[in-house]
Amino acid sequence: MTKIKSLDDLRQRKQQLEQGMEIREKSDHPESLVQIKVAMATCGIASGARAVMNAFVEKIKKEKIPAVVTQTGCMGYCYAEPTVEVKKPGMDPVVFSYVDVAKAEEIVDKYIRNNELLDGILPANYQTI
Amino acid sequence: MYKMQLLVCGGTGCRASASAKIVEKLNESLASHGLTSDAQVVTTGCFGFCEKGPIVKVIPDNTFYTQVKPEDAEEIVAEHILKGRKVKRLLYENPQTEEHVADSKHMGFYQKQMRIALRNCGFIDPENIDEYIARDGYSALAQVISELTPQQAIEMVKQSGLRGRGGAGFPTGLKWEITSKFTADQKYVVCNADEGDPGAFMDRSILEGDPNSVIEAMAICGYCIGANKGLIYIRAEYPLAISRLRIAIRQAREYGLLGDNILGTDFSFDMELRYGAGAFVCGEETALIASMEGKRGEPRVKPPFPAEDGYMHKPTNVNNVETFANIPVIFLKGPEWFASIGTAKSKGTKVFALAGKINNVGLIEVPMGITLREIIYEIGGGIKNGKKFKAVQTGGPSGGCLTEKHLDTPIDFDSLIAAGSMMGSGGMIVMDEDDCMVSIAKFYLEFIVEESCGKCTPCRVGNKRMLEILEKICQGKGNMEDLDHLRNFANVIKDTALCGLGQTSPNPVLSTLDNFYDEYLAHVKDKKCFARKCKALARYTIIPEVCTGCTVCAKNCPVEAITGERRQPHFINQDICIHCGVCYTKCKFNAILVQ
Repeated sequence: MTKIKSLDDLRQRKQQLEQGMEIREKSDHPESLVQIKVAMATCGIASGARAVMNAFVEKIKKEKIPAVVTQTGCMGYCYAEPTVEVKKPGMDPVVFSYVDVAKAEEIVDKYIRNNELLDGILPANYQTI
Repeated sequence: MYKMQLLVCGGTGCRASASAKIVEKLNESLASHGLTSDAQVVTTGCFGFCEKGPIVKVIPDNTFYTQVKPEDAEEIVAEHILKGRKVKRLLYENPQTEEHVADSKHMGFYQKQMRIALRNCGFIDPENIDEYIARDGYSALAQVISELTPQQAIEMVKQSGLRGRGGAGFPTGLKWEITSKFTADQKYVVCNADEGDPGAFMDRSILEGDPNSVIEAMAICGYCIGANKGLIYIRAEYPLAISRLRIAIRQAREYGLLGDNILGTDFSFDMELRYGAGAFVCGEETALIASMEGKRGEPRVKPPFPAEDGYMHKPTNVNNVETFANIPVIFLKGPEWFASIGTAKSKGTKVFALAGKINNVGLIEVPMGITLREIIYEIGGGIKNGKKFKAVQTGGPSGGCLTEKHLDTPIDFDSLIAAGSMMGSGGMIVMDEDDCMVSIAKFYLEFIVEESCGKCTPCRVGNKRMLEILEKICQGKGNMEDLDHLRNFANVIKDTALCGLGQTSPNPVLSTLDNFYDEYLAHVKDKKCFARKCKALARYTIIPEVCTGCTVCAKNCPVEAITGERRQPHFINQDICIHCGVCYTKCKFNAILVQ
């Protein structure tokens, strides 16, 4: 371990370390963040949901978007996997179907940033706990 | 970067229920599913919800699993981490609605809480200083020593209105100011971690969950009062807190946050641990100092106060663990912010160890001014088994019992004293209709008699005499004079005992005499104990109409007090009966009546 030599040094160190804690800080107030839920049941994983989730995680990290990416179980739309539910603060959740890495980028750029809807939205007719 | 984290409680309570094993199993399962680069297991400090421990919290969806066993680890990983399906059977179930609550923020236990001293407990890994630094750790110290004069810093603590959390509630800023004014070649900062009240575990949990906050605050205090040496007096009964403190001190030294010329300034500060053998009296500051010096742990007359003549006869500032844990936040968020929380004369929050006949036993932190009703019925989830609330004991052996009429009193230092109790260090024991208040008073007095250091006569002899009277009353041999004697003894001890602990030791008796006089009367006059706790006062009889003559009671009676023919009603000879209650528990027909 190298010594911390000054106030600025401590501030820099804090900034570096913050990233590791970001996931916990965000989970403390998820209602104020965009929540991206990737369906990761067997059907979802088989259709490539893991790559989609990684794409979301990296995109929001790179572009510093106030969002939290979580995984969820099968939503029942097995034919349309991978599916992704996006809930923006104060808005109803929207479920996107057939999401791949390119579509993930599009969801962030168009829907999350600008509220533009995309093709392939599934009707959300369920409730979750 | 990890996509998910599993926070596992590593406090003493959850560790006793095998949480270390859970961490091991979770790691094994993650490895077997090839998820070690996606999810990380973090051991944290206490989440507070000890009733339902061990706790595992999954991040980022904030899922709060309760009463997890090591064998559940595989299911959590296979279902939740791999497939994103919450393990419903491990979620908290709301006792009123019987609904499963996944997110801890929606649990009644957490909704009214406000965590300042416990801000990092259950959130960071206490053995990793990096996580503390990521949460603004040591920023307050850095800011104070690089940008403020000691006087300015003391002024901020004074403005915040912070009062000592150890029990008496002395203003912390004022204490620092007084100590700072004495000049000496050496001064000391002492942290009192000798938590001795029965049922209290606030300080232990802070030290186990966030040791760095105390270390940082002690260094700030050192800068303010002009001390370069800190000592933490901790009881050897807290091995986990000791080991985490040692790790934290080592890491802080490696980072140069303790030692010479911290952060390139002229300020140097280092600290050591001192172990106590677990004597209640050593929580009193002069006894604590004597014990640290290697002498007998006995208090002495004040003044001179430790601020002038403390450890090794040098000016010494003694503060409690929880007081210190509040300090960094005051500098980070500002004294005005801190002073905006709480009541007119008690600012900030208070940590309580909630115990007794309550549904949610655990560690809570609430803003000053909250009512007992909110704590007991909303956070605590009400009384166990739907029984009736009777009293709540605050302040440990120095405090008293509060009753139903105090339920809506806002809790702060002054209102609790006005109600005949005190804040104390934060033990809060809830009692229901099955508790006998005379026995409760006796319990605390037994504790005091056991723990009295014996230096002054009022405490050593007076409490012993009071205990003898209470024992007599519980035996059914008390008379009305005894009640007067109790009060007289109590008042004399209050006025003449040497130290604060002795002076407050009669409080449990006085407050039960005030609030539950009818129970004392019942014991003395009618020779009855409503709660049926005082065995000597219980009268067991057999209801002839109900008795089937099965002879079970007679066979089990250890003193052969029960006689009767087979298939005929039996009879208990009251002269022989020793009130053991065996017949009552053995009778299958509820034919035994207890009065």
